[in-house]
Amino acid sequence: MAASSKTQVLSLYRMLLRESKKFPSYNYRTYALRRVRDGFRENRNVDDPKALEQLLNRGWDSLAVIQRQVSIGKMYEVQRTVVEHGEKKPH
Amino acid sequence: MMSRALVTRKLLGTMCGTSGPRLNYTQTAVSAALVHTEIIKSRELEKDELRPLYMDFQATTPMDPRVLDAMLPYQVNYYGNPHSRTHAYGWESESAMEKARKQVADLISADPREIVFTSGATESNNMSIKGVARFYKAKKKHIITTQTEHKCVLDSCRVLEAEGFDVTYLPVKNNGLIDLEQLEEAIRPDTSLVSVMTVNNEIGVRQPVKEIGHLCRSKNVFFHTDAAQAIGKIPVNVSDWKVDLMSISGHKIYGPKGVGALYVRRRPRVRLEPLQNGGGQERGLRSGTVPTPLAVGLGAACEIAQQEMEYDHKRVTILANRLVQKIMSEIPDVVMNGDPEQRYPGCINLSFAYVEGESLLMALKDVALSSGSACTSASLEPSYVLRAIGADEDLAHSSIRFGIGRFTTEEEVDYTAEKCIQQVKRLREMSPLWEMVQEGIDLKSIKWTQH
Repeated sequence: MAASSKTQVLSLYRMLLRESKKFPSYNYRTYALRRVRDGFRENRNVDDPKALEQLLNRGWDSLAVIQRQVSIGKMYEVQRTVVEHGEKKPH
Repeated sequence: MMSRALVTRKLLGTMCGTSGPRLNYTQTAVSAALVHTEIIKSRELEKDELRPLYMDFQATTPMDPRVLDAMLPYQVNYYGNPHSRTHAYGWESESAMEKARKQVADLISADPREIVFTSGATESNNMSIKGVARFYKAKKKHIITTQTEHKCVLDSCRVLEAEGFDVTYLPVKNNGLIDLEQLEEAIRPDTSLVSVMTVNNEIGVRQPVKEIGHLCRSKNVFFHTDAAQAIGKIPVNVSDWKVDLMSISGHKIYGPKGVGALYVRRRPRVRLEPLQNGGGQERGLRSGTVPTPLAVGLGAACEIAQQEMEYDHKRVTILANRLVQKIMSEIPDVVMNGDPEQRYPGCINLSFAYVEGESLLMALKDVALSSGSACTSASLEPSYVLRAIGADEDLAHSSIRFGIGRFTTEEEVDYTAEKCIQQVKRLREMSPLWEMVQEGIDLKSIKWTQH
């Protein structure tokens, strides 16, 4: 992996995690975090520049989806679930 | 302070009917007729109350945020009628609908032209069973189904019986699976349709659909399968399985409620009499405007399900095993209903001997669970599916279905298992039956009637 794409991947990864943490819904939040981590881990050995570009594009699209869905989630927030008891509110 | 709040909530829970104006209304007006059968009363959550965990993924699933994201543009800007042929509003909706049709078709390896959008699996099931039976009624008057089908299949068959059709309701073995030999014997020269569900909604068993499909094809009988609980969770292939009609539901695969699809084979062609007549949409099989946003949602849900199937399945299996192991290692006399191998792991039906299922559901207020299908839950009747697999009356009464899905976490599984263990132990301690069993009395030898 070229150095420039490596920084791109890392910055995308960090942004996806940061946005996913903002889901007010416990289940969506935990799922998004888990799926992002597993998705990057699964593809960490991808070297082919074409495949890498495709994955990056998919990642950017996902980031936009998460950002929109986090906003919607915040508009219609509900009570927290019993397993979140004591956890800090996501921001 | 905390414990006091808890006590109050418990009291509210038990008093139910008298705790608020809304509940009084429920009791007097709505459920006057149901009051004898329903023992768990409905109650809305308080503003600062914690929400129960959701462990009922067979009843319905939360929508995936990616699905909602795909749907919203069609709820906001692209509102054209997909059947309008004269302007851009219609064209953009139409192409979205056709894309969705392809996404659905791809998930089951079908041709997009074989997919008909419906309002859900209930409509799809009604359409296939009544539609095929009525179309071929001049020559064929016999339908075969099983005793463990969904209510909407069984009820459609009842309607056909009233119209003069002959229906065979095949029994299932103790593991919930049908006997193929018995099916073969039941097929007659005038059988038009066999309908067997792929994955059971209450006990999660997987019927040998491929074998049934091949058998039906060799006998020249149409084969319909209700795959609402199966698609997106296990690989489905209509050409490998030789399925002629397949029902699909949106809200069981993280899609929107109110939409489903029916796969209708083109070659060899299956013909049905439509239930709904009108503008001739969907090849005349289902008139009525296709709801573009819902169809788009179903399509997106299918595409995501296809991408995520392996990932989800692996995770659901791990979580399901974790739940079952935790519960079974802590409490004795727990029975898992349905075949242990031929099953979808995300649907776990457990019977807790000497505990009444409804009492356990009431005690597990923090977890959204059910004793069976949503249609029959909270009624005192034991599930007909459990009776069909030969479960004892008392075991059928003590069963609970745990549904695990894409958004379930380890924490939720652990919480559920822990609460379940704790409550089963508590209820058993209060149970005279459990006490007698501990003393070594065989409950079956007791005559309960008093003279």
